[in-house]
Amino acid sequence: MKRPAKDLERASRVVTRRGLVLGGLQLGVMGVLGWRMQSMQVEQAEQFRLLAEENRVNLRLIPPERGLIFDRNGVKLAENSQNYRIVIIREDAGDVDETLARLARLIHVPPEAIETAKEEMARRSPFAPVPIMERVPWEDVARVTVNTPSLPGIIAEVGLSRLYPQREELAHVVGYVGPVSDYDLTRGYLATDTDPVLREIPRFQVGKTGVEAKMEHDLRGSAGTKRIEVNAAGRVMRELGRVPGTAGSDVQLTIDSGLQSYLHARLEGESASVVVIDLEDGDVRAIGSAPSFDPNLFVRGISVADWRALNENKYRPLAAKAVQDAYPPGSCFKMITALAALEAGEIDSQETVWCPGHLDVSGTRFHCWRRGGHGNINLHESLKQSCDVYYYDVGQRVGIDKIAEMARKLGLGVNHDLPLSAVTEGIAPDKAWKRTTRGEDWRIGDTVNASIGQGYVLASPLQLAVMAARLGTGRAVTPRLVRTVDGVPQPSGGGESLGLNENNLRRIRESMFDVSNHRRGTAWRSRIEAEEMLMAGKTGTSQVRRITAEERARGVTSNADLPWERRDHGLFVAFAPYDNPKYAISVVVEHGGGGSTAAAPIARDVMLQALYGGTPPLEAYPSADRGRIDELQQQIQDRAQQRASEGRDRA
Amino acid sequence: MSYLEYQVKYIPAGFRKLLYINWPLVLLLAAVAATGVLMLTSVAGGETARWAEPQLKRFGLGLVLMLGVAMVPLWFWRNMAGVAYASGLFLVILVEFVGVEVNGSVRWINLGFMQLQPSELMKVALVLALAAYYDWLPVTKSSRPLWLIPPLALILLPTFLVLRQPDLGTALLLLTGGGTMMFLAGVHWAYFATIIAAGVGTVVAVFESRGTPWQILADYQYRRIDTFIDPENDPLGAGYHITQAKIALGSGGLTGKGFMQGTQSRLNFLPEKHTDFIFNTLAEEFGFVGGMTLLTLYGLIIFFCVASALQHTSRFATLLVLGVAMTFFLYFAVNMAMVMGLAPVVGVPLPLVSYGGSAMLVLMLAFGLVQSAHVHRPR
Repeated sequence: MKRPAKDLERASRVVTRRGLVLGGLQLGVMGVLGWRMQSMQVEQAEQFRLLAEENRVNLRLIPPERGLIFDRNGVKLAENSQNYRIVIIREDAGDVDETLARLARLIHVPPEAIETAKEEMARRSPFAPVPIMERVPWEDVARVTVNTPSLPGIIAEVGLSRLYPQREELAHVVGYVGPVSDYDLTRGYLATDTDPVLREIPRFQVGKTGVEAKMEHDLRGSAGTKRIEVNAAGRVMRELGRVPGTAGSDVQLTIDSGLQSYLHARLEGESASVVVIDLEDGDVRAIGSAPSFDPNLFVRGISVADWRALNENKYRPLAAKAVQDAYPPGSCFKMITALAALEAGEIDSQETVWCPGHLDVSGTRFHCWRRGGHGNINLHESLKQSCDVYYYDVGQRVGIDKIAEMARKLGLGVNHDLPLSAVTEGIAPDKAWKRTTRGEDWRIGDTVNASIGQGYVLASPLQLAVMAARLGTGRAVTPRLVRTVDGVPQPSGGGESLGLNENNLRRIRESMFDVSNHRRGTAWRSRIEAEEMLMAGKTGTSQVRRITAEERARGVTSNADLPWERRDHGLFVAFAPYDNPKYAISVVVEHGGGGSTAAAPIARDVMLQALYGGTPPLEAYPSADRGRIDELQQQIQDRAQQRASEGRDRA
Repeated sequence: MSYLEYQVKYIPAGFRKLLYINWPLVLLLAAVAATGVLMLTSVAGGETARWAEPQLKRFGLGLVLMLGVAMVPLWFWRNMAGVAYASGLFLVILVEFVGVEVNGSVRWINLGFMQLQPSELMKVALVLALAAYYDWLPVTKSSRPLWLIPPLALILLPTFLVLRQPDLGTALLLLTGGGTMMFLAGVHWAYFATIIAAGVGTVVAVFESRGTPWQILADYQYRRIDTFIDPENDPLGAGYHITQAKIALGSGGLTGKGFMQGTQSRLNFLPEKHTDFIFNTLAEEFGFVGGMTLLTLYGLIIFFCVASALQHTSRFATLLVLGVAMTFFLYFAVNMAMVMGLAPVVGVPLPLVSYGGSAMLVLMLAFGLVQSAHVHRPR
């Protein structure tokens, strides 16, 4: 087929023209592409580079090392121990079931631990290490390490975990740590804490109770950071750099762990609490509540059975009774009533009150503990023999407001700010207090009850020890628990003079001396024999039930015949040595019966231990008791040794 | 005997033909392919066995194929146009029945030694067929409506089949490539103007009607269109990839982060880094300079093709070479626009660089035709 040349030529022109148009268009598009590249890679390069860096680099926090807690002699109360754990990395493990089975043949792995690990593996990325077991004994770690080739993906890691070497002896003081919870962060004490470690490090350990919680900010330190490179799947490729954090501050407590240890051994079997205060600077030398618990259980994650056992125990091991619980102080309160009356000039030391065994006040009969009464009795004898009627009378004369004022002056009904959980303020009741809290008027019967430390009066063992300390020194001794933070000494709690009349104080002290050292004193049987260590104290017995008229008529049921919950609390407060007071002590034995039988012996034993800075010579004890005391000391030493060896096994 | 031969004054024969090959073009192709091999080494983390080596072998094969095609006189290829088109169409239809499914679309036929993507072959076959058609058709008839039907059918048939796979990118390339051929052949511009106007009108109508009582599409369809046009609206889904791709490209800066130092690609933030998004690795590691160099290489390839085409007096050769150039251009232009976030992601590889056998071989075949035209042009 032949075509006209003219057409062909025209067509050729069209193709050339249109080809050039297309070429131009293509050039234009390429120009746009080049312009786009220029704008992204040259003009916006910095911005994109930043985005790429953000993609690639993650900041991870390095948990700070928690500060240690020491006692006054440098004994560790809370430390960070190395803890081996076994983890599995799914992507390296190959057949996970087979690998875990092989591990279980090698060392003992609880089946539930395997189940938990499998569940967690299913939830997390294949490269994330999932813990199988914590706190693995060294032999097992060695076994796993030696068999690494047959256990792909299984690694023994080392980490730090909190350890409380004193175990139950300081559980209520030092407290314990645990993983930070939602509650802590929303409504708990960390709600206003913005430290990123709390939210970014999974299971970050924070103080839950006691010093660990109250001094959290000193102990925690601040986190370091590391910059790591991650890929799109979040896998860590390498570390690019790190900024080390700062470890938490070490905290030194005023506690003497030797005394504390003795105290706990001495309280074994009781539901009781003891506080020993150093009079020089208010140092709390020992503060114990029995029974106690092992705080390490909580760090490891307490089992349901253990938790239930602690929670349902009627002796309440979890409660720090020494500071949390407030008891009617009973006769221990009588010094306050007496001192208030002396200071107000309502009585003088020779004035006597007739005690027939009871006193009728506006139609109600108030009884003295001694049915037959004490007859004519003065201040000195009333304290020594703990006559109630004397105080019914004197209390009414001086009035509740002055008594309450004296109580607060001596440390009752006020908050002593120790870094411990749930420190109670107690109650030093007065007219205004009853009006605001109960909406009722104060009645004269309330004064009568309060004058012997019953009724509305409530005091914690800590407050009672402070009272004894202030009576012994005349200074406003304030308890302190922390000696140094990061080596910096904390202010002394020695206190200034209370401004009380020294003669009045001396009268009270003399009476307290006779309580312990006079044949007719209520604590005579628990005296200290050693000349230079003589103790001055006061017993207290606080009723927890109401004694009805019929019961009184047929004779008050003795404590031994009552169920435990209904027995009286036994209390004792003291300071020693009498000539040159160094320590004050308070003892409360819950439902222990009378203060002279239940509390005073404990106070005497602990006080001697404190005074001698260790086991006292038997000569310090009354000769009649020495055989029994020797036996008891032997038992306590055995127990302490046994506990120490148990502790070694478990650590 | 076609009119081609009448105008031939001198045609080299035998191995002398090799001297008349457009060697600068071969060099440019080799440079682009080398860039591809380099980048494939980089995205495999320095490992060559994974992608770089197979790609290099394929390029070698493609080179041999190209030279082989170049040796054969162009008139033979013109006569084969119908056969090529028919077999291409047959293979595309075959995909419907024996296709292999990858990522939810069926585009491949398993040949045992490689996965063939017939739609790639179809792109060249269509150019060949249309060039042959307009060479045969008297020039005066090219704008007559009746004579528009066969080329339209030639274009729309494979386009429709490819859309079914679904492969939007290839369909778009077929449509645009075919349309360009018709435009070059001298079909009256009014047709194109009408079609473009109608297209624009439809799009405007679809979007303008949104939210009015006479809305054309359903709401979910609009949402799909939104994501398609601007995937960054959906940063965790479709948008994630394009965002990461743009970060890779932009963060390269002027000179790039260095060979195998591209964090976006090495740490797998970049999707499809060895195929559709390989340009971003190049741009990340060699920066604006690297990107522009590749773009320039591509531009030079186009330039050499167009220059060669315009030297022909043969209508078939001119149309064919311009058509191949346009097809090649569409490949890289669409791919680059897509990875730079200028166009929706439709799945078009970067020619001679992206990992993939079909596109490489088909493109080398097409350049073989270009070379054949170059060798056998009248001198």
